[in-house]
Amino acid sequence: MANVVLRNVRKTYPGGVEAIKGVDFEVGDGQFCVLVGPSGCGKSTLLRMVAGLETITGGEIDIGGRVVNEVEPAERDIAMVFQNYALYPHMSVYNNMAYGLRNRGMAKGEIDTRVREAAQILEIMPMLERKPRQLSGGQRQRVAMGRAIVRQPKVFLFDEPLSNLDAKLRIAMRVEIRKLQRRLNTTSIYVTHDQLEAMTLADILVVMNGGLVEQIGNPLEIYKKPATTFVASFIGAPPMNLIPLQGADANLAGAGSGAGILGIRPEDLVIANEPAPPGGVSLDLIVEAIEQVGAETYVYGVRSRQGETPTVSAKPGELPPGEILVRVPGQSGPAIGERIRAVAARDKLHLFSADGRKRVDS
Amino acid sequence: MTTRGSMQKQTVFQSRLLPYLLVAPQLAVVLIFFYWPAVQAVIQSFLVQDAFGLSTTFVWFDNYRDLLAEPGYFNAIVRTFVFSFLIALSSLSAALLLAVMADKPLRAGPFYRTMLIWPYAIAPPVVGVLWVFMLNPSLGILAHGLRAMGFDWNPLLDGTQAAGLIILAAAWKQISYNFLFFLAGLQAIPSSVIEAAAIDGARPARRFWTIIFPLLSPTIFFLIVVNIVYAFFDTFGIIDTMTRGGPAKATETLVYKVYQDGLLGGNLGGSAAQSVILMVIVIGLTAIQFRFVERKVNY
Repeated sequence: MANVVLRNVRKTYPGGVEAIKGVDFEVGDGQFCVLVGPSGCGKSTLLRMVAGLETITGGEIDIGGRVVNEVEPAERDIAMVFQNYALYPHMSVYNNMAYGLRNRGMAKGEIDTRVREAAQILEIMPMLERKPRQLSGGQRQRVAMGRAIVRQPKVFLFDEPLSNLDAKLRIAMRVEIRKLQRRLNTTSIYVTHDQLEAMTLADILVVMNGGLVEQIGNPLEIYKKPATTFVASFIGAPPMNLIPLQGADANLAGAGSGAGILGIRPEDLVIANEPAPPGGVSLDLIVEAIEQVGAETYVYGVRSRQGETPTVSAKPGELPPGEILVRVPGQSGPAIGERIRAVAARDKLHLFSADGRKRVDS
Repeated sequence: MTTRGSMQKQTVFQSRLLPYLLVAPQLAVVLIFFYWPAVQAVIQSFLVQDAFGLSTTFVWFDNYRDLLAEPGYFNAIVRTFVFSFLIALSSLSAALLLAVMADKPLRAGPFYRTMLIWPYAIAPPVVGVLWVFMLNPSLGILAHGLRAMGFDWNPLLDGTQAAGLIILAAAWKQISYNFLFFLAGLQAIPSSVIEAAAIDGARPARRFWTIIFPLLSPTIFFLIVVNIVYAFFDTFGIIDTMTRGGPAKATETLVYKVYQDGLLGGNLGGSAAQSVILMVIVIGLTAIQFRFVERKVNY
């Protein structure tokens, strides 16, 4: 049982490349923290620094009240689950799990009890004598988790543990990881690029981009009030519509207050015939494409206002300029080429500064 | 055209002769340079020639019987196995040590790795000459140092020292080759497995013996066989330039004895019989190697 505190943590590689540019956050005892961000944002590097596999070139990492900057991985009392599982290929499942305990000189009987207990929880009892190559991906994943839990460490570290599994298994394992963590109540840090995994697993969500933390908080808080346009487009699928407030759009949200970009989630837009409610926004669209996913329908439209062409360029994860996505429940939707009006209420609008770095509404 | 099915995947030659013509050059090389001499050796091993090469007699297994009755031959067998074992052991351990060091993330890592591979390009006789110069009792710089330290160094008279010299040179030459395979083997081990072991509390030495070494075992088995074959045959050049089998046959291996008895001693039948025995040993070693390589050893 321990909390993990990062204080102005930095990582600069010998070549001068700055991978982590000063990160602060705290994971409370027993909490499940998820680091999420696009590839190359530094989330895995940060996790490896907590594990002790990468040196810390600035700041402090504190596990359970002890600064561990100079402490060997083995002495940090952490366990890590790797993306490729990193099982010892020449050892049986039993020995894979017992290895870390033997290295610490634990008595044989105690090792046996712990390994069997973990195997019981993870339902891998019948596989104890098999070698990793005789197991399926999901079973290997369980062994990797078993290897972590037998140690009863202060902190679990997960480095994209589900990304090598197929979609169905990934959801099942995601639920299991969460249940297991609740049951053991062990502080955990989990790295993923999958925003759905991040939303469903996290007590605390840390959204990272370019070596910096964009936002920290409860997943739903972040969903409801993204602090930057990056977070707005990264958390939530499909991504939030971001409309630059310039030219004829300048008064769109009716807010002068320094706002440069208006964000509306696709699920907050409603197709309606009447004008927008007071303070809200209405967009006139020509339907360009329709995607049916069963429970809901995605309607892609372009603004049908004359005399103006949008001038912003799309960033990764954002919609192409001028395109607006509306999420309609069920299978009923407009036809391609139809003119529609989509409206959003005042409390569904997100306003950001022109550079997207700051939220300007409350 | 009708006979050619559309599902057929392999190439079909219209002419029956063409495939044979295509493999003919390779077959010719193998037949002329490998099988022909081998057959000659087997035939020769059943014959005895007089000293002037005027008459040849068919003697069945007399050459083999004489050979096995000769204490010198038995000594050469033991010597060859001892040499092979020591060459393989010292060369493999030195190469493994170097590979482990060179695999670490060093600033000049690629440079070290390249430099460690270069000695493989040196021909065995040149290796012999190099070491002879360095350890020559009267001119050698290393010999000078050894004597300065009070060590009575004279491989020209002392058989054990001469044997040590051969083993040293032969092992040194083979280090590069072994290094290359060990390095490739080490790089094939995923770094996350080593990291997992580090987190699991294994110190570097324990990590090496419980994780890295077992994962290298297929490479090690392969190299043991290759090194033994090398020590059996390719050390000829080294022995010939360094000691010529002496002093008092202290460095005469099986291969060198074939050369000495046959080419220098003129005993063609006996020498051929020795070649046939060597051939059988190589066939045995190759069979072992294939079995190990195909089984992929233990995991």
